[in-house]
Amino acid sequence: MSAYLLRRVLYAIPILIGVNLLTFVLFFVVNSPDDMARMHLGVKRVTPAAIEEWKRERGYDRPLLYNERGEGLARFTDTIFFQKSLALFRFDFGTSDSGRDIGYDISQRMWPSLAIAVPTLLVGLALNVTLALTLVFFRATYVDFWGLVGLVALMSISGLFYIIGGQYLVGKLLHLVPISGYDTGLAAAKFLILPVVVGVVSGIGSGGRWYRTLFLEEVGKDYVRTARAKGLGEARVMFGHVFRNALIPILTGVVVILPLLFMGSLIVESFFGIPGLGSYTIDAIQRQDFAIVRAMVFLGSVLYILGLILTDISYTLVDPRVRLE
Amino acid sequence: MMVVLWTDALLWLVFALGLGYGLYAARRPHLRAPWRRVVRSRTALAAAVVLAAYAVVGLLDSIHLRAGPRDQGPYAGEVVSLLDRLLTPLRVHQEKTYAAPFALHLYARETVQGPDGRPLRTWPRLRWAPEGVDEAHKAGHILRLALKGVLWGLMAWLAFWGLLAAALARVRRATFGGTARRLVRGGDPVPWPTLLGTAALVLVVAGVLAAWAPHYHVLGTDKVGEDVLYQALKSVRTGIVIGTLTTLVMLPAAILLGIAAGYFRGWVDDVIQYVYTTLSSIPGVLLIAAAVLMLQIYMSNHPGEFDSLVRRADLRLLFLCLILGITSWTTLCRLLRGETLKLRDQDYVQAAHAFGVAHFTIIARHILPNVLHIVLITLVLDFSGLVLAEAVLSYVNIGVDPTMNSWGNMINGARLELAREPMVWWSLAAAFLFMFGLVLAANLLSDVVQAAFDPRTRGARR
Repeated sequence: MSAYLLRRVLYAIPILIGVNLLTFVLFFVVNSPDDMARMHLGVKRVTPAAIEEWKRERGYDRPLLYNERGEGLARFTDTIFFQKSLALFRFDFGTSDSGRDIGYDISQRMWPSLAIAVPTLLVGLALNVTLALTLVFFRATYVDFWGLVGLVALMSISGLFYIIGGQYLVGKLLHLVPISGYDTGLAAAKFLILPVVVGVVSGIGSGGRWYRTLFLEEVGKDYVRTARAKGLGEARVMFGHVFRNALIPILTGVVVILPLLFMGSLIVESFFGIPGLGSYTIDAIQRQDFAIVRAMVFLGSVLYILGLILTDISYTLVDPRVRLE
Repeated sequence: MMVVLWTDALLWLVFALGLGYGLYAARRPHLRAPWRRVVRSRTALAAAVVLAAYAVVGLLDSIHLRAGPRDQGPYAGEVVSLLDRLLTPLRVHQEKTYAAPFALHLYARETVQGPDGRPLRTWPRLRWAPEGVDEAHKAGHILRLALKGVLWGLMAWLAFWGLLAAALARVRRATFGGTARRLVRGGDPVPWPTLLGTAALVLVVAGVLAAWAPHYHVLGTDKVGEDVLYQALKSVRTGIVIGTLTTLVMLPAAILLGIAAGYFRGWVDDVIQYVYTTLSSIPGVLLIAAAVLMLQIYMSNHPGEFDSLVRRADLRLLFLCLILGITSWTTLCRLLRGETLKLRDQDYVQAAHAFGVAHFTIIARHILPNVLHIVLITLVLDFSGLVLAEAVLSYVNIGVDPTMNSWGNMINGARLELAREPMVWWSLAAAFLFMFGLVLAANLLSDVVQAAFDPRTRGARR
């Protein structure tokens, strides 16, 4: 298994290089550093000297891929691609266009993101699985039919409305918790309740429906019929057999997104004013701070690949039939 | 004079492709069977009627005309769509600022000159409020208009029923009267009463709105006094364009690469797998954000290339579809690769090989027709998600052009007004209602289509 994992990790390297090349092309070739400087400094009344100064301060004054004036290896290392893109492999994120250390910002901002994402995931998972099991228990009855219609209706509402509705109902009408903001330490709890509730509610539709499909697939299988034929009660069949077997796809589905929880949720965080990585990214997009966006793209890809590897491992843990070769 | 925008042409192409597929499927029994299952589901039929209503609005909005010099009014020389022409009263009834639904007066108080010359703080009457109607007579007026609208709707419905019955009677060589009766009473395997019921509902709602709209702002007005109902109707096209064109632009790449990877295997497979793994490992939102930012910079640096605002917004919409397509084709590609891997070991493909049939012919004749159901399922499944994604992206300012009507832009503009006292809720409500209707109908229909076409679930669920 360790050989398999090593190969997976090695395979990640060309993928990450590909990601890097792609973002590099997007950020530096399609739009030259000159364009960026002009946009940051304002299009009107910008002098060439000011552009050069802006580029020099941020290290964008090097050639893109190949430095003719360099010597030896410096021909390749003293370039924007090497300095800005490949440095990401060392998790050296550099400084943002506004001059802050990106690595430090990320380490500070991942905690609020996790504080929202982890409870949302756990509570949502418990709720959706319970709901789906209930619907499957009542399958082919009106409970199941209208439950499913309800889930589809919930799924058809834009996430924005859940947030706006939640803020209006809980925060403004009932005055239970603050609408937005954040605090350090335990005082943060009261700011976290509303985003978590909104996150869980907005996930019920698609989550509940997806788990219902998984359970339904298991219910139709032969071993369930065998269990019934043995004379097991419906509760034993559902929890002892169907639930445990359906856990395999559920678990692996969760493991895939585990690493990405770090990235936080763009929309939820910016609506609720949570200083996490999601709102960090959104702010960077809106301020057009490419250094941050580039770093977040890289981080996101690393975490995604990590999620895939973790999924493979979790398969072997929950399903003894799977062997990694 | 007609003006053809990129998305117009492509949207009509989607429509034509849909018709073409319909004709293709109608002549093939193995495709007719699953569609028959879809048509016999009451949910699917009702959803299809609602979707058709949205499609009519979207397609009408996709025929653009440049208003000629003879056209009078403030919009002379502008590019307007056929829908704009139909909705002219809505479009030109511009107020000063917010007005509540069915209001006769502005939402905010203003200082105006009183009759005696002194300044007066009051709610000024709307410019386009119906003449001779005051608060006391408003309810009666609205009710009278509504009755008129219901009547229009019912008349349209009767015409629809008659046409449907006539068409069906011709096909079945039955009498018109008998067919018309069967349509309302039921008894056919196709649940016609559901279809007619939904159509009646849609037509009556449309009739009532059409009766109200020239006299009142049915859903109020927004900050600059534009009618919200008009905005919501215009947004339909944006939603449909994003939902369909995104899938359309990614289809060629996904089909070609997916089938090539599964069919040829070896290094072709490796390269294609590498490409889609790389693309799918980039967080979608960030890739979209990066690409849209780049487009914005490009557009602000090359302002000369876009001769009108409409064209500029249109190009941005098309570009957004493209980027969304790039982030979403990987899933379909993976599915197609897997299915092709399975198919290429089938006996009939092996037999074709043994006969020396060329690769291209094998793919076109044996592989492609057998993976089409996956493409179809992806198409209908993705639609609703893409419509929802538009709203979120526009909220983050990386969606459609801010000058373009879209539900995301409506929500974005109305969001801050929730904090007002008293609250301005109608923009949000309108965006919510229109989006919910479209997405719910699409979700319900796609469920049935998936169940009918997916071999795994076929027959498994009841």
